[in-house]
Amino acid sequence: MQFVLDNRGLFFDGMRTTASLTLLSFAAALVVGAVVAAFRISPIPPLRWVGATYVGLVRNTPLAVLIVLFFNGFADAGIIVQSRYLSAVIVLSAYTGAFVAETLRAGVNAVARGQGEAARALGLTFPQVLTVVVLPQAVRTVVGPLGSIFIALIKNSALAALISVQDISGVTEQLITTTGDYIPLFAAAAAAYLALSLPAGFAVSRLERRLAIKR
Amino acid sequence: MTAPVLAEAQGPKARRRALVGSVVAAVIVAAFVVAAVRRLDANGQLESASWRPFTTWPVAKFLLGGLVNTVKVAVTAMGIALAIGGPLALARIARNRPVRWLAGLYVQFFRGLPLYILILFFGFGPIDLTPFWSLAAGLSIYNGAVLAEIFRAGILSLDRGQGEAASAIGLGYRQGMAYVVVPQAVRRMVPAIISQLVTLLKDTSLGVLVLYEELLRRSRLNAEFTQLTLPSLVVAAVLYIIVNSLLSMLATRLEARQRRRYGAGRIDVAGLEDLAVTSAKAGAMVDQSSTGI
Repeated sequence: MQFVLDNRGLFFDGMRTTASLTLLSFAAALVVGAVVAAFRISPIPPLRWVGATYVGLVRNTPLAVLIVLFFNGFADAGIIVQSRYLSAVIVLSAYTGAFVAETLRAGVNAVARGQGEAARALGLTFPQVLTVVVLPQAVRTVVGPLGSIFIALIKNSALAALISVQDISGVTEQLITTTGDYIPLFAAAAAAYLALSLPAGFAVSRLERRLAIKR
Repeated sequence: MTAPVLAEAQGPKARRRALVGSVVAAVIVAAFVVAAVRRLDANGQLESASWRPFTTWPVAKFLLGGLVNTVKVAVTAMGIALAIGGPLALARIARNRPVRWLAGLYVQFFRGLPLYILILFFGFGPIDLTPFWSLAAGLSIYNGAVLAEIFRAGILSLDRGQGEAASAIGLGYRQGMAYVVVPQAVRRMVPAIISQLVTLLKDTSLGVLVLYEELLRRSRLNAEFTQLTLPSLVVAAVLYIIVNSLLSMLATRLEARQRRRYGAGRIDVAGLEDLAVTSAKAGAMVDQSSTGI
């Protein structure tokens, strides 16, 4: 226990790293996901193909493989990113972006077809149909799953420790070798992650409840 | 699969625009592909010397052996997780409040932890386990919690009338569950369980932490030994993709069959964003299970 308290500075730094990794990657994933989703529902077949292939490849590959592939493997092809942190962000965004894309797509498909038909019948242009009618309704469906993706990202960020990023897991890995005080160490790691994911979970469910359609 | 709400049948003008767009997009995509290929070539990655070793039996056997180990630990972990998840789910919906509370605690706790930490715990923590069992233990405990949520969602997705009918003909709670509710729920859950198996297979790659000889570890070992980093990892990635895609297709087909035969909808469990099961017409998402993680 004393060991953990002595190293609490490291743990707090680790928590900060995990939090920033997660937030950055999620923001980027939203962008990536929006683009890929747009590709997947586009009327242009090549774009649809690109989107579908991207999602298919990324979703069926383990995140660990992607991280190692990007950080170690791509060097062979001349693509080298020096910063481990940045590499982790890039891979996490790309991975999470695929799931975000699927969620967004399902959210748009969940809006009743009649809404689009009515909007077009009223003479709204495509951008108007999107922003005034479809997206506001899609948002309601999409918030829950996106929240889950965020929480899953908090946990997936642990894999950044595979390339020695000093997030909570990286710190834990580092400290294991220097102490035999296992239980407090892992309890601290668990507490650190729960301290991040539980509030996020509450925030998401509150947001969901606010957006829910009261029937 | 264009979104029906955003697009209608295309008239001549739209078709022309789509055609032009297709050509432009195809050209841009082709340009990217060509650039990538030339990049690889410039770095000597396309020489057969880099890729030929993978067609030789020793290397192939090494990597495929890794795949076999991956499947071994995945199946074991899935089995144990099913054994944990079933009773846990029943505990989650039990009428006894302390039981319900305890089960909820287990699920919330283990779903909120990264698998990474769990596997570190079993691999380097107080208990001394072999790499296989460290990995299997971490995977089972985590997926037990996840499967409990899937089971619970499956049971809750059943029409309330079934349970009511069961008690109306005089079946007690336990009998109603055993003879009416659970059999129907299980059928609906199979696609979701298969999707979770896909996730499990991907998570076995964390075996590198405990030096378990699964596919990723073996591909890294091969990369170190042969200095062929990119090809080794790409081959591993391709193997993962093949196996997981096949499983995902199986899950989708099963779900489509259920939808046709039993009119059963898909089970949505909050927090399992990588359930690969999506039907052709993504219906509205029904929030079946509890909040949070």
